[in-house]
Order: sequence, then structure tokens, then C-alpha cells
Amino acid sequence: MTEAPGTSPGPAASAAAIAADVRSGRRSASAVTEQSLAAIAAGDGEVNAFALVTADSARRRAEEIDARVAAGADPGPLAGVPVALKDNLCTRGVPTTCCSRILDGWCPPYDATVVERLAAAGAVVVGKSNMDEFAMGSSTETSAFGPTRNPRDTSRVPGGSSGGSAAAVAAGFTPIALGSDTGGSVRQPAALCGVVGMKPTYGTVSRYGLVAFASSLDQVGPLAATVADAALLFDIIGGHDERDTTSLDRPAPRLASVVDQGVDGMTIGVLAEYLEGADPAVAGRIAQAAEVLAAAGARVEEVSVPEVRLGLSAYYLIAPAEASSNLARYDGVRYGLRVDAEDTVEMNVATRSAGFGAEVKRRIMLGTYALSAGYLDAYYGQALRVRTRIIDGFAVAYERCDALLGPTAPTTAFELGAKLDDPLSMYLSDVCTIPSNLAGHPAISVPFGTGSDGLPVGAQVLAPALAEATMFKVAAVLEAGAPVGGAA
Amino acid sequence: MTDVRRADQDGAGEAWEMVVGLEVHTELKTATKLFCGCANLFGDEPNTRVCPVCLGLPGSLPVLNQRAVELAMAIGTALHCEIRPSTFHRKNYFYPDMPKDYQISQYDEPINVSGWLELPGGRRIGIERAHLEEDTGKTAHAGASGRIHGAEYSLVDYNRSGVPLVEIVSAPDMRSSAEARAYAAELRAILVACGASDGKMEEGSMRVDANVSVRRGPDAPFGTRCEIKNLNSLRSLGRAVDFEARRQIALLESGEVVVQQTRHWDEGEGRTVALRSKEEAYDYRYFLEPDLVPVVPDPAWITAVGASLGPLPGERRARLATLVAGALPAGAGGSPDPGVGADLEGAPGVSDADQEQISTVVDLGLDGLVTAAVEGGIPARLALARTANEAATDAAAAAGLDPRAYTSLLAMEVAGSLSATQVKAVLHDLLAGGGDPAELARARGFEAMADGALVAVVQEAVDSHPAEWDRYRGGEEKLAQFFVGQVMKATRGQANGKAVVAELERLAAR
Amino acid sequence: MTPVARITRDEVAHVAGLARLRLTDEELERFTEQLGTVLDHAADVASLDLAGVPRTAHAMAVTNVLRPDEPRPSLDREEVLRSAPAVESNRFRVPRILGDAP
Ligand SMILES: [Mg+2]
Ligand SMILES: [Zn+2]
Repeated sequence: MTEAPGTSPGPAASAAAIAADVRSGRRSASAVTEQSLAAIAAGDGEVNAFALVTADSARRRAEEIDARVAAGADPGPLAGVPVALKDNLCTRGVPTTCCSRILDGWCPPYDATVVERLAAAGAVVVGKSNMDEFAMGSSTETSAFGPTRNPRDTSRVPGGSSGGSAAAVAAGFTPIALGSDTGGSVRQPAALCGVVGMKPTYGTVSRYGLVAFASSLDQVGPLAATVADAALLFDIIGGHDERDTTSLDRPAPRLASVVDQGVDGMTIGVLAEYLEGADPAVAGRIAQAAEVLAAAGARVEEVSVPEVRLGLSAYYLIAPAEASSNLARYDGVRYGLRVDAEDTVEMNVATRSAGFGAEVKRRIMLGTYALSAGYLDAYYGQALRVRTRIIDGFAVAYERCDALLGPTAPTTAFELGAKLDDPLSMYLSDVCTIPSNLAGHPAISVPFGTGSDGLPVGAQVLAPALAEATMFKVAAVLEAGAPVGGAA
Repeated sequence: MTDVRRADQDGAGEAWEMVVGLEVHTELKTATKLFCGCANLFGDEPNTRVCPVCLGLPGSLPVLNQRAVELAMAIGTALHCEIRPSTFHRKNYFYPDMPKDYQISQYDEPINVSGWLELPGGRRIGIERAHLEEDTGKTAHAGASGRIHGAEYSLVDYNRSGVPLVEIVSAPDMRSSAEARAYAAELRAILVACGASDGKMEEGSMRVDANVSVRRGPDAPFGTRCEIKNLNSLRSLGRAVDFEARRQIALLESGEVVVQQTRHWDEGEGRTVALRSKEEAYDYRYFLEPDLVPVVPDPAWITAVGASLGPLPGERRARLATLVAGALPAGAGGSPDPGVGADLEGAPGVSDADQEQISTVVDLGLDGLVTAAVEGGIPARLALARTANEAATDAAAAAGLDPRAYTSLLAMEVAGSLSATQVKAVLHDLLAGGGDPAELARARGFEAMADGALVAVVQEAVDSHPAEWDRYRGGEEKLAQFFVGQVMKATRGQANGKAVVAELERLAAR
Repeated sequence: MTPVARITRDEVAHVAGLARLRLTDEELERFTEQLGTVLDHAADVASLDLAGVPRTAHAMAVTNVLRPDEPRPSLDREEVLRSAPAVESNRFRVPRILGDAP
């Protein structure tokens, strides 16, 4: 692999800057793509951020974009920007496996809506990023392609399940990436890898072509090195899609231009419950973040939403319940793995037993149990009532606050293997991200200094449904005021 | 009329009563499937009407077809249901013809609830619900038998996967196989009248399952029921219900119990047999479909759908009965009162035979032809008989018939210019290819009979049988039939009997 | 709400059957323990008194999202069947089916 002339390894330039260069002809999309592919070739052996690198199609695509620029056309706001796609986003003719053996080699006959929108904006897909199998995990260790390592410290996990996408951005392989967030799967790895990750309001980004984990919670979300890039990516993938019934019929967002408008006059609540179980160094960073917001003109106060304490339990009933149904279709009949047997039931059983990993089986069984006769109301029904209570609890807080602040994860990145056989302790790393999914609200994780171990801490900004503009403004102020290096 | 009938075919003397409820699945006549834009057509090449949604590919999502919802609302309106805000659930079970391994179906909040259907005899059968759901794919079994049991392997075609269905669940209100058949027939006529279904049971576009139980008399609690599947004709339905009731009675009379189960009707063997299913008890784990949102019809929408409905079979039968009753000579059945349409069913003057013809015509949607003919001056009974007996033999073609052409054909019969046999022959041509009835008659050489030729043939018959002619002239009127027979023989049935008699009378009076 | 008893090994085996999964004895043991731990944690939810609280299944309340009844192109059959583990006569081939559809 040769390095493109005039580039040097290191963090990629911002997506906005790359696109501006490519659109104006100052840099070629091909050169940018080569730089990205070179960085991957040099670093991904260690990090394992990618399940699949699509170098050939990326090069062809970059040439197309260069040809369009040469012909005087505008390839779009992401012209020539390399992007990593989580491997649960369908890409026509390109393997989409959710990092599961059961979908080994499956090539969808269609593109996800977000993939179409990225293409229309001129982005260059360089590969499918690694993830926890079917997005079930918080460490990207349950992937059939082996774990992803945290580029900040490769003995640590990158978080999950979009750990490959977060690591790709953190390692400088691509300036932006797409992940999916069902219980924190974009925000938590963003926090652990020291990048920006956002979960949109449920319904603002199409789920068509996102392989379902828990349909009522799943949202595709952007990962980026900067808040502005995350907003730009959200603007491109967001907006109504008639192929997704739950897609909100609203105009596409246009937030990239409002990001830097500041927080003067806003009221921001520091969410007490999110600090309860947090590592002291993490909690210290959040206190510091609150000071940054206050210094920027926001009114900062402590708020309590006690209902969020029930989020984790409700989530680990609702998400597995939906997953148990969503993952029934992997039965060996139409696509993916088949382990043959004498009859169809045995074939289904053999295929699913061989094709799914332990965490996926655990959640399928948990969800099947939660929905089964006799337990439906005690577990699933109660969880849906808790969901109502959480929404009501946030509503009270938002009567006073424009946005809420808390940590994204209670700790910094943990060691590989530390929680793999202890599901409950693994699940607890999502305790601060899950309530936003249950409520359907947007939230964003912004890097804000490091913990006592020198690893990144993410500050999380939560906002009411459809208040992404407020959320991005707060995030941009935190980004600008984030401490550089050093322990809290 | 019919309230309670005994199920004991053997006349054992026990007051056994059968209790029947029907679950009818009807495919809706939409252009596309319930949740995707694939064409709602099959019989096509296998797996050519499929897309990510109806194949259940990972990442695909359902989007509800508005027309399917409106047809469901039309069915609800026609069945006097309450049309309600509704939701979709997932019914989870594994089966290879079901691509997602769950069926999207309406569960505890169906779009239509609490209606009724009135049988032609006037009895009302309750409708518990009529809900929307998706169909499955189709499985073909390879191996000697071509049936599921004993097949070495199976082949699945998903063209039918995702076709919209409405499942109509009756109350357990039927008390005989005849009532069950009448209900199914009437429901079919209503579905066709709504434009919701083509009602073809044999082709699977309307599928009937029967829940059957028996009890000792109308006041006894309901017995344990069995569900019978695979009833693909009204005849099978009737036979299966009778068989099953007798089977249950025999069990109970010999001191055994009825086990609640699903049974399959074996048409060849004429009996029901228990279905084989896996050991696992089915636990469908219903939960609200997260990929779809509630359907909340507002009153304006419900009204608009109702307004688009044409008259329903009951009303249309009453209208024909009015015509028939109105055609009666004064005093035979009282004068018809246009304000009491429905009461005319079974009214004096409208015979059972009339009623049967009326039902046939309405079931096939041919009542427009009868009405047009009557308005064109054709006697109601003639229009009804020709439509029910002749036009009905090719209902599809009859539905496309030009009512004016049909009326002018029947007018020729009334005028005596064509015989009944000739009219039937011309109608056959008209159904086959359309055209002008007078020209079609001419092409068959019938017109020649009408002007002059008949006179010669009758004269010849008279000349050849002088003895019989003398007796006829002497007052033996029945000999007219002899001459009509001779003329028919000579013309190979093409003569008009009435015209022959008229000519005989003319000759005799000379 | 009444408290729910701890999940048993038999229940885990039953649930695995419903989900078409086969577990080894060792997996059955381990999953029973792990699911028990997670469900114990969920007991706080199961035991709450939430009578009268409506259920939220959809985060955003939307109704009547409908599609016009207009045909769209279907997929190319070759592309569809290319992914299939076994095909015969342009259909998906499966091993013998023992039970009838429920
Ligand atoms: Mg059904
Ligand atoms: Zn389709």
C-alpha cells in the first residue's frame, strides 16, 4: 500500500474541510480515499475496526467523484469523504453480516436509505465496520470477526456495539462513520474512544435497511471527530422516508449551521441519577463540563429524574423481547447460514444454534421468556409502563431545562474480556444511555477530557424529542471548552 | 326462521344440538400486497413477486396499504361492525412459508368488531371481529404423495407472502350445517359486493375454518370444540360440519370426551382427521408490532368508505323480489309496496324457486341485467329465469354483457320472433363474443324462421298428417303439441313454439 | 404486581425450544444462572405498582401512516435465489416438514 502524496498519518481532517477541498478541486477524492485506505492498512491489523474493507469499490467511487468535479458538477456536501458503515446497514451486493456467523457472506439486494443518502451526498464508503453480533453488546467483543480494540489503548475495549465505527474515527481511518444506537451503541463507544457520537430522536433517521435489533429503540446515528461533522452527517441521513412507517414526516434537518450559536440563556440540568454510579473521575469531568456551560452563559442546575433508575431493567426486557422476534427469520431457509438436518425444525435448530453466539442466544431467550404466556404482563407489560414513566419523568425536567447533562458511561474503557462472562455488569455500562432510547429522545456524547487512567470521558447532552438543535449547540460549547489531556 | 336444528342425524332421540362458528379468511383484491408494492397476483412464475419486505429480508420494514385498510372498513360496514382504532401485533411461530417467522396480524384491537350478518331467511349471525393480516407463502411438497406427510422435502414460493387478508370471525351462532353453508354463501356474496374479494373458495381466495361443538339442547353450556381446516367448497363445509358433529356425539354417547384440537377435512375420505403438529404447545408471544403505527379511522373516512359501497346482497335480493312480486297478476300475492322491500323475501307470490333464482343472480352480481331487462319491458320472471339459468352459466362473461343487447334479445322471445331454444343459443353467442342479438340470430339462420319460412313448414306438417289435422280442427287442442313436435323436428329445434301454435290457429280458422 | 419466581432450568430449556435453539447441558446451566441474574435485576420493574399507567410501545405517537396501492417493481429472482442455501425449480428448498402450520 502506497501513501498518497502530500498526506501524513494522524487524525483525519474534518469531513466538512475534506468535502470543501474536493468540491473546489483543491484535493482529489482519490487522494483522500488513498489516505484513508493507507491508514486502515497501517493500523487496522491492531485495531480491527473493520469487518470488511471495500478498497476497490471505494477507489472506483472516488474516481467517479473526481470525474464529476472535473466535469463541473457538484458531488454533494460529503464529496470524497471516506466513511465507515456499521455492518448492520444493508449495502447492495456488499456483504452485510451484523458480524454474525448466521449471516456469513449475505449480500443484500438493496441499500439502506441512509446508505443511499450518503451516496447522494458524495461520500466514499471504505468498509463495513466491526460490531457486537447483531448490535448486542457494549464492548464489540461478541463479533464473529473478533474484537475491536480501542485505538487510545489497545488493551481496552472500544465500547459497543458500534465499536468499529467509533474506533475507525478515533484511529483516523475515516473522519466520519455511521453506527446504530439501541441502548447507547453509538454514544457509549464514542465516549470510550474519545469521539463524538449522536443518537437522533426516534423517527428522524430512516431505519429502512438497518438490520433490526429492537425496532422501537433502534436509530442510526453519526460518529465524527467533531460536533460540526456529526451535525453535518445527521443533516444528510435525516429526514422523512416513506419506506419506514415510523419515520417522522418532517423536513430534513439543517443543523450544521446552527451548531456554534452558543448556550447563552439556556437552562441546563445536571442529571443527578447519572452521577450516582459514575466513577469519581468521570463525575468530576461532568462537574467541570457544567462549569464550562455556566461560563458560556447557561443557567446550570441540578435536576433529578428518578424514573431513569428503572431504565436498565425495562430495557433488558423490551429490547430482548423485540429482538427475539426480529431474529426469528434467521432460520436457514432463505439466506445466510444453513446447517442441514433431516427435517425443517431440526434444520432451524441446528442453524440457529451454530450461527448465533452466546450473547445473542442469551438475549433471544430472555426476550422469548419475557413475552411468553404467563410472564407477558409481569415483564414485558410492566416494562412498557415503566417506559411511560420515564417519558413523564423527562417531561417534568424539560419544563425547566432546555437540555440535560450527564456522563455517557459510568466508567472509561475497560479491559478486553473484563465483563464478557458477566452479562449484568456489561449491561450496566449502558445505564446512562438507555433512558434516551426508551423515551425516543436525542442525545449526544462529546469527548470531555480523560479519567484517572488517562482514557477519554464522554459528556452526554440529552434534549427533548426533536430538540437536536439545542443539543448540538450545547455539545459545541462543551467541545470548545473541553480540557486538553491531564487527569480530572 | 331457523333457530335450532338437531344434529342427531341417526335420530337417536337425544336432543343434541350442534354449535358452529366460522372463521373465514378472504384475500383482498388490491393491486399490491399488504405491506409492500409487489403485485398482488399469483399463479405467476414462483418467487417473481417478491421484494425485501415480503421476503422478510434483514432491514426491511412494512408500510401499510391504504386500499387494504379501506376494503377492510368496507367489509366492516357491510357486516354492521363498529369500525375502531386498530393496531397490529406480531404472532410469533416458526414455519418455512412465513418469511419473518412471525405473522403481522391484528390481535386485541382489530379494525372491525361486533357486527352481524343476516341470512337470506332473516336470521342474524353475530360477527365478533373482522381484522387485517398478511398471508403466507405457498409450499409444494416433493415426493410420491405431493402432500406434506411423507414428502422428502418441500419447495417454497413467496409470491403469495404478504397478500392482504381479512379474517372474519363469526359468533358461535349457527346450529346446523345448512346454516353454516348459508352463512358462508351470504358472506361470500357480501365480500364480492364490497369489491373486497373474488370469493373463489376453490382457488383459495376465500378459506373457511369451522369451529364445531355439540351440546345437549339449547340451554346446555357449550361443549369442547374442534377447529376444522381445509374447507374449500360450500359442499365440503356442510359435509365436514355434519361429520364432525356426529363424531363428537358418538364420542360423548360412548362416555368419552372431545379433545380440543385442530382437524383437517379429508374430502376423499369424507372425514376429519387430527392435524399433526409439533410437541411444543404453541405460544405465539403476541406483542405490538413496533414497525407499524395505529390506524385511527376518523368519522369522515368511515363515512366515505361506506358511501362508496353499492347496495348489498340482502337489499338487492329484496329489490328483485319486489320486481317478481310486482309482476304477479292482481290478487295472487297482493300488490307490492315499494317501501317494504326486505319484507318481500319469502312473501306470498315469491316462491322458493323464485327465491333461489334471485339468490343465484345476486350472488353472481347479475341483478343489474335483470333490472335493466325489466325496465326494458321484459316480464320479471322471464328476465330472472334467463339470467339465473342461462346467463349464470358464464357469470364472468354475463357480468360484462351490454344490458341493452340482453334486453333486446329477451324482447325477441317475448315478441315470439325467437323461440326459447333460439334465445338460449343466441345468448350463448352473445356471452362468447358479444354483438347485436338480431344479427347473431340471423347468422344462425333463425330470422328466416321468423318471416315466412315457418308458414311453409307448418303447412307441410299439416299436409303430411291429415288425420291429426282433422282431429285438431275438430277441437282436440292437445294435438297442437303434436304439430309443434313435427315442426321442431323439421327445423331441428329452431322454430318458436308459440309462433307454430299461432300459425296452426290461423290455418284452422281459415 | 406479584413477584415472579426465579427462572428454572426447565423453563430455560422450554424457552430455548420456542426460540429454536439447542443448548448443551453446560450452556443450559450457565444460561439459567445468567438469565436468573438479569431477571432478578428486572424484578424491580416486575414488582412495581403501575396500575393505571399506560404502556408505551412507540416512543413517538404517530397514526395512519399509509401507502397508496400502487405496484412497485419486485426483485430480480436470480438475485433473490443467489442468497438461498438450497434452490430447486426456482423455489426455496427445505428439508421435510413434519408438522402442519399452527
Ligand atoms: Mg388468522
Ligand atoms: Zn414485496
